Amino acid sequence: MKKLAKQFIFYSVLLGIWALLAKLRIWPPYLFPPPWGVGHALWDGFADHSFWIGIAVTMKRMIIGYSLSVVLGMALGLAVSSNKFLEETLGGLLVSLQSLPSICWIPLAVLWFGLSEKAILFVVLMGSLLSVTIAMEDGRKQMPKIYGMAGRNLGASGFRLFWSVLLPASLPFIVNGMKQGWAFAWRSLIQAEMIFLSLGLGQLLMMGRDLSDMNQVMAVMILIVILGYMVDGLIFRTMERRLQVKYGLTPA
Amino acid sequence: MSTSPQNAYSPAVPAAPRTAARPHVFHGKPSSSVTMFPSPVPEVVVPKVALDAISLSYRTTSGETLLALDKINLEVRPGEFLCIVGPSGCGKSTLLHLIAGLCPQTSGKVLVDGKPVSGPGTDRILIFQELGLFPWLTVGGNVEFGMKMKNIPKAEREERVQYYLRLVHLLNFRDSYIHQLSGGMRQRVALARALATEPDVLLMDEPFAALDAQTRDLLHDELERLWSETGRTIIFVTHNVREAVRLGDRVALMTFRPGRVKQEFSVNLPRPRQMEQPDVARTAGEILGYLREEINKSLEEEYADEKAR
Repeated sequence: MKKLAKQFIFYSVLLGIWALLAKLRIWPPYLFPPPWGVGHALWDGFADHSFWIGIAVTMKRMIIGYSLSVVLGMALGLAVSSNKFLEETLGGLLVSLQSLPSICWIPLAVLWFGLSEKAILFVVLMGSLLSVTIAMEDGRKQMPKIYGMAGRNLGASGFRLFWSVLLPASLPFIVNGMKQGWAFAWRSLIQAEMIFLSLGLGQLLMMGRDLSDMNQVMAVMILIVILGYMVDGLIFRTMERRLQVKYGLTPA
Repeated sequence: MSTSPQNAYSPAVPAAPRTAARPHVFHGKPSSSVTMFPSPVPEVVVPKVALDAISLSYRTTSGETLLALDKINLEVRPGEFLCIVGPSGCGKSTLLHLIAGLCPQTSGKVLVDGKPVSGPGTDRILIFQELGLFPWLTVGGNVEFGMKMKNIPKAEREERVQYYLRLVHLLNFRDSYIHQLSGGMRQRVALARALATEPDVLLMDEPFAALDAQTRDLLHDELERLWSETGRTIIFVTHNVREAVRLGDRVALMTFRPGRVKQEFSVNLPRPRQMEQPDVARTAGEILGYLREEINKSLEEEYADEKAR
């Protein structure tokens, strides 16, 4: 409750400063929009359904692209972590590829798939696949060896050893990987949408720029932050916390 | 306690002819003890676990080959409580992992009921030093795990979970998670989890080393009771000689690098025993004399490593 009060005061002051600066008209409103203008743009955007459509389109792409990258990333991570040869070859390549910002895949994607849905999904996939893979691989390596030994000792082997021991033992690492993957996928998607004419939040942002409608630009930015935070901060962090409490990694 | 014999231990009499002669045989005064518990087993009995010239060597990071275990011969009778003591780093934990089939030996054989084994089996359950309880399962889930892997039907699993949790006095903590328990309680969960698969042989790797004295004493009593009630064969590794004398029918002393069985002592003290009992202390003291040589050797080697650096 105390934390909530602090946050409320902080955001009120922030909003106050913003309103004050806008009122003083140091910069013209088309460069520095007032909070009420942005509020208005948010209201209008939802009222004419354009924001709803943007959110729906963006989230749909996100879910498809992200699911793909989680499934592929886990399989790849498992393969790399359980095979010495793959680890020494493919493992290194994956780490080096991760230094490539996902936006760099756009030219390739456009050439291969055209200005299509597929191209966007490809960029999202490339953005988050690697981080999921690497997190999964690290998880398998960091997982205490004792669990595998204890499982074998108690008669588990093969698939059952994987399913009832190795998988739950590495679950905290897997969730961490999924969280990272989500963050990367989210960034990649918005970036890709800003370049393509493709509905979605990214395009709404660019539309605001093209129309010199700074209110809309700010409104969409706020929307992106809130959506990103809601998934990352609420869903994943809650999941992570629950796991940590259950696994006794932090004092409950 | 009871009348303590003058000379509490005596050299072990092998239950069956050994395949290789032991390098040292301890010649003590013949035991005057008549109170033997459990009663001596007939000589013809097939050893529950037999180690036949077990050796293990591995390559260190600097590339040299290190002989960790050197031709270990050891026989454990069915229902016997054998304690293995030795200085740290002598390979006693490794020996248990080997018997459990969790790592392969370089040469030699592990025989259970006279048949060679390779790989893990639920007839031999190891209680790890770090326990290795599964944090994602409740206490009940942990105890049930081994039975699930053996495809034991649900009703029977349920019954056995109840039975073994009651045996270790943890029935009320069935739905707790491991991190919510104290060290001694975790120890008991590990014990219940191992017992619930009903193994013939229980392998215990310094299970009580990290516990406070009171908890450890309590668990000693419980273990002794469980052992006499269930008739399991137990191989118990410890660095604490007094603990070994407190619990074991027999104590095997291991040497430091390469690990060999230096000597075996039969402990002919009546049960139940207590750590503080004078005869336990005295017997431990005498065994400790032999162990000290090995401890000194291990320390010398450690210091030599330090100097070399």
